[in-house]
Amino acid sequence: MKFAIARRHVLPGLPLSLGFTLFYFGLLVFVPFLALTLRSFSHGWLEFWRTLTEPQVVATYKNSFGISLLAAAFDGLVGLLIAWVLTRYSFPGRRLLDALIDLPFALPTAVAGIALTALYSPEGWLGKLLPFKVAYTPLGIFVALSFIGLPFVVRTIQPVLAQLPVELEEAAACLGANRFLIFAKVLLPAILPSVLTGMTLAFGRAVGEYGSVIFIAGNIAYYTEITPLLIVIKLEQFNYVAAAGIGFFMLLVSFVILLLIQILQTWNAKRSGGPA
Amino acid sequence: MSSFTLAARTPNHDPKPVAYTLTVLAFAAVGLILVLPLVAVFAEAFSKGIGVFLHTFTDSSIQHSIAMTLKVAALAVPLNTIFGLAAAWSVTRFTFPGRRFLISLIELPLWVSPVIGGLIYTLIFGIQMPLGAWLDERNIQIIFAYPGLVLATVFVTFPFVARVLIPLMEQQGQAEEEAAVSLGARGWQVFWRVTLPRIRIGLLYGVVLCNARAMGEFGAVSVVSGVIRNKTVTIPLQIEILHAEYHFAEAFALASLLSVLGIITLVLKLYLEREPVLRPPLAPAWEDRRRQRDPAQPTS
Repeated sequence: MKFAIARRHVLPGLPLSLGFTLFYFGLLVFVPFLALTLRSFSHGWLEFWRTLTEPQVVATYKNSFGISLLAAAFDGLVGLLIAWVLTRYSFPGRRLLDALIDLPFALPTAVAGIALTALYSPEGWLGKLLPFKVAYTPLGIFVALSFIGLPFVVRTIQPVLAQLPVELEEAAACLGANRFLIFAKVLLPAILPSVLTGMTLAFGRAVGEYGSVIFIAGNIAYYTEITPLLIVIKLEQFNYVAAAGIGFFMLLVSFVILLLIQILQTWNAKRSGGPA
Repeated sequence: MSSFTLAARTPNHDPKPVAYTLTVLAFAAVGLILVLPLVAVFAEAFSKGIGVFLHTFTDSSIQHSIAMTLKVAALAVPLNTIFGLAAAWSVTRFTFPGRRFLISLIELPLWVSPVIGGLIYTLIFGIQMPLGAWLDERNIQIIFAYPGLVLATVFVTFPFVARVLIPLMEQQGQAEEEAAVSLGARGWQVFWRVTLPRIRIGLLYGVVLCNARAMGEFGAVSVVSGVIRNKTVTIPLQIEILHAEYHFAEAFALASLLSVLGIITLVLKLYLEREPVLRPPLAPAWEDRRRQRDPAQPTS
């Protein structure tokens, strides 16, 4: 209704800018997604369901979702530690440590992939020292996914931790709480939304990750294949319907994760009192 | 007992041993998880000596992959920059139904697997598809050709400029633009003379991030490339080829080129983040606030 009355905007350019935005978005994202949806159901629901329940596809879920979840949990712990150290202590090299957190954002996934493979392969620097195999096992996938997810967690917790009112801790200390109790009962509840948001971001990124994983995983069927790789395999077999089916499923998952991220971010903003 | 008195005196400080242990652990974690892979790239790149390293870049297909990456980024980045500007202008200067939804949708490509970015264009322009076949008859190739590489790259780098500009322009408000209009400025004059100078740092920041991702993109591009040597191979794809052929030193030499780009991006990013425009309106850091409130207390 408000739109129908169409109050005159002071600034010009709504039709041009919004028109271009919607055109560009529609052409590059919306129409292709529509094509993906139609293609995945072109042989009916049953075929779609059969694709998603194929044993080789099912075997990838525990890697793409299970290991992503484990990696996100690991990143949550390590990220909390790093964010805590960065905001609470002053020490030489703090700025450098802070800058290094963004390395996975800056390093292309293929580069990260071959670098991690070189480190963790049986002849690699770390692989040599470890008594168990990392590269070409699910553990290798975990290593790659933890690498790419870590900055998301640190960067989400950091501002929240920095803005926490000092008074909270002082009040708790006055009431006789020790440092550990203050952390567990006062600080942790306050920063928990940001930790969860960061972990969801890391998880969302990990589920779709391709480049860094395929090198270290070794891509052994039923063992270290990830779901996005199955799309590529189906395409190479010219099985477009199956590729589209898996792609559509992954897209739905991304939608859900994006929604979850939005909800968590709102919660996080409310809890930390900042703007959304 | 002693820990109690210590805690009572400085309620916000962790005991020294705890602080030291945690700091060392944080350094160890960052070193092991994040820095070691970067070190490995350069160590492996020079593992067979500087001769092999330099020789890598004289290879014609490697030179071609570098040129291809530059060509793809040269088109994809400006396209997304224009989109970012248009999107930011429309969603921050006007209110319309579905505005918030549109802002969320723009973020979507960041959370979608890059493989899907390649898949969707294959499903439209692939030669088995009606449109793809129709174009093929007219000798227009999208998939396994330059346009496909650009499309896939545009998809994955879609939100980078927009997501920097939207919060920035929202925060800056539109009072200055309104003033310009009331003084008689026309639409494009407002944009070039008022808006652009105010957002130029943010725009540069977005473009730098967009470019880094565009040049390093692997998943989306690998699906639409078909990996035709000397034709549709970008740097990340060339790295994969070299790695698969056990030319490890060469693969890492080429990877070191992308790593240098990454490091430059990181340094630029840090430098730009020092600009006041890009600093989010955070409360003063925890340590500063405590000092502000209670200047007499010594800091550790």
